[in-house]
Amino acid sequence: MRLEVKKTYKLFIGGKFPRSESGRVYIVNNHKGVFLANVAKASRKDVRDSVVVARSAQSGWAGATPYNRGQILYRIAEMLEGRREQFVAEIRELTGQNEKQANQEVDSAIDSWVWHAGWTDKIDAVAGNMNPVAGPFFNISTNQPTGVVAAFAPQDSSLVGLVNTIAPAIVSGNSIIAISSETLPICAVTLAEVLETSDLPGGVVNILTGNASELGSWLASHLDVNAIDLEGTSNAAELEMLAAENLKRVIRKGSYSRTGATGSLQHILDLMETKTVWHPKGH
Amino acid sequence: MFDYSPAPESKDLVKFQASYGHFIGGKFTKPANTFSTINPATEQVLAEVSHGTAKDVDSAVKAARTAYEKTWSKLNGATRGKYLYRIARIIQERSRELAVAETLNNGKPIKETRDVDIPLVASWFFYYAGWADKLDYAGLGANPRAHGVVSQIVPWNFPLMMLAWKIAPALAAGNTVVLKPAETTPLTALLFAEICQQAELPDGVVNIVTGYGDTGAMMVGHPDVNKIAFTGSTDVGRIIAKQIAGTDKKATLELGGKAANIVFEDAALDQAVEGIVNGIFFNQGHVCCAGSRLLVQESVQDVVIKKLKARMENIRLGDPMDKNTDIGAINSKEQLTKIDRLVKQGVKEGGEAWAPSCVIPKNGFWYAPTIITGVSPANTVVREEIFGPVLSVMTFRTPAEAVAKANNSQYGLSAGVWSEKGSRILKMADQLNAGVVWANTFNQFDPASPFGGFKESGYGREGGRHGLLSYLKGSN
Repeated sequence: MRLEVKKTYKLFIGGKFPRSESGRVYIVNNHKGVFLANVAKASRKDVRDSVVVARSAQSGWAGATPYNRGQILYRIAEMLEGRREQFVAEIRELTGQNEKQANQEVDSAIDSWVWHAGWTDKIDAVAGNMNPVAGPFFNISTNQPTGVVAAFAPQDSSLVGLVNTIAPAIVSGNSIIAISSETLPICAVTLAEVLETSDLPGGVVNILTGNASELGSWLASHLDVNAIDLEGTSNAAELEMLAAENLKRVIRKGSYSRTGATGSLQHILDLMETKTVWHPKGH
Repeated sequence: MFDYSPAPESKDLVKFQASYGHFIGGKFTKPANTFSTINPATEQVLAEVSHGTAKDVDSAVKAARTAYEKTWSKLNGATRGKYLYRIARIIQERSRELAVAETLNNGKPIKETRDVDIPLVASWFFYYAGWADKLDYAGLGANPRAHGVVSQIVPWNFPLMMLAWKIAPALAAGNTVVLKPAETTPLTALLFAEICQQAELPDGVVNIVTGYGDTGAMMVGHPDVNKIAFTGSTDVGRIIAKQIAGTDKKATLELGGKAANIVFEDAALDQAVEGIVNGIFFNQGHVCCAGSRLLVQESVQDVVIKKLKARMENIRLGDPMDKNTDIGAINSKEQLTKIDRLVKQGVKEGGEAWAPSCVIPKNGFWYAPTIITGVSPANTVVREEIFGPVLSVMTFRTPAEAVAKANNSQYGLSAGVWSEKGSRILKMADQLNAGVVWANTFNQFDPASPFGGFKESGYGREGGRHGLLSYLKGSN
């Protein structure tokens, strides 16, 4: 009988799969309470390293054409579809859901990437404007990504919650440090493998597994993070307070549904900045 | 050069009452707990106003809640719009009086209140009046809803204009408001209360509470307030963001700035110099989006500085009521002290300050227009918002260096670019992290144009459809 080769569950930082700098792991059990894996437990240093690579990757990603970003998001959907069986198996093992339920979650995750992919070159068509000012000026408002986003995926979802946390941030050109569900982190690591093979530039998405309330304060108080999504946190008020120090944009818990095959344009816009440019008209 | 004869506007165009209470539920309360508000150009007392207490704030919020539930939310959009049109017209009718009142209480030149502030106040109400019956087109789907009661806190640099930016979209969207003007400039807001009465606006839709920061904090903290709109310093913005953490209250924060005004060698230099002057000396530099960091391309540094100094020698500082005055009074002694402290610190850190020879009046608070050269990006006057007529000058060689220096700030409210090359302007506009980019112009404002910042300059937009969205939520 052949012995199965098991995977080491690591972090995803800057397009690479490091262990936690701290060397820490935590035990994840399956839905029956049986040991499944030792998963990397991210540390403060991992958070800080992730912010550095997210910052350096952000301007290049924002500078890519919307068409290019759209194709990469669509490519993520393609790669996810190709590994459907693995995700279904992981969801079932972790949550005890039946095959149909697990497939539905994977369907929604894939379709949400497709939904978001289509938005890259349409955001300004519906949320930008040529402004009719009372003077001889060309005046236009467009939207640009806010920068580096820290986000806490919902704790009760293996995959689709994480997808609906990452996609609305990166669709417009933000980079992200996403904290996976603490008890359901297996799909997050597999999703990182999908992202790594989808032509997404390294550092645009960084996924950390570990304890959200421990990592939360370091991300919320980090001065080089522009926005924070508090969905999966258990101490949201405290983190919102820390986030105020550099006036991070805050998405409060429960603001948007994370379970569907579509997202919300407002969610995307919450992580963008309206920029208005004026120029005189004349000869 | 020819000299100018005095051309003062008449102070008699406005009559202030000796003392004012708050405007709550359509009526003025009895003045209580009063403090003096002065003319910063003369230090003469203009009137006494009341310092709002927790009880005042509570009764104002109650009046706003009652008006929201019983009246304002029941009116159709078209009717709400008609009230706003009425207000816009009354502002136009009383514009001369309002301009004089604003200049007397703020210290800014009558030229600016007459030609910029008050016309924008009227246009803001006129613009948002038209949105009131078109909310389905705001971008949130059909039947968007108002938040309810909004606490609005405005600064002293554009007192009535900031009131208009806050109240017009809030009312168009169907909210009712409690507004606090700044402690040093409460008078035009109190005149606006009279305008609400003249327009027969239903009682309690607009409530004005005067006072200091403690009054504002009570307005933010009141449990029956749904939304906060604040314009002011980043430090206070931080406090507000912390105060509402963990609540359901929404906030729009329009905070500080340290705008780069970038002049390329191919710019029309005389126009650019006018833009630099307008960018930093407009309204005594008491402008959150002021172009307070000049970035000039090294090859034209000498000629730009020479032209700028020559232009500054012709700036007229003095009586704000004189129609020829370019720079009026600093709004308060406190602000004057702050400007002075920051400039001295900048000089201590190696900057060279220069100001034209101008006569400083004896009474009142004044600061000569000043440029500081020889500063590095680390100098205090380059990093901190001075909020006065003080320009820091740095140079750059390449567009990439200009972008890096411009974006090297905790703020991101506005930026200026001067170049005759279209492709360069568009690329710069893409790369500058600022909510407003003025190319070959500066300090332009319009109710149809969204305004607001990136990073620590705050969040949310005022103006245009985007500004309306700050006061609405989706229907589900």
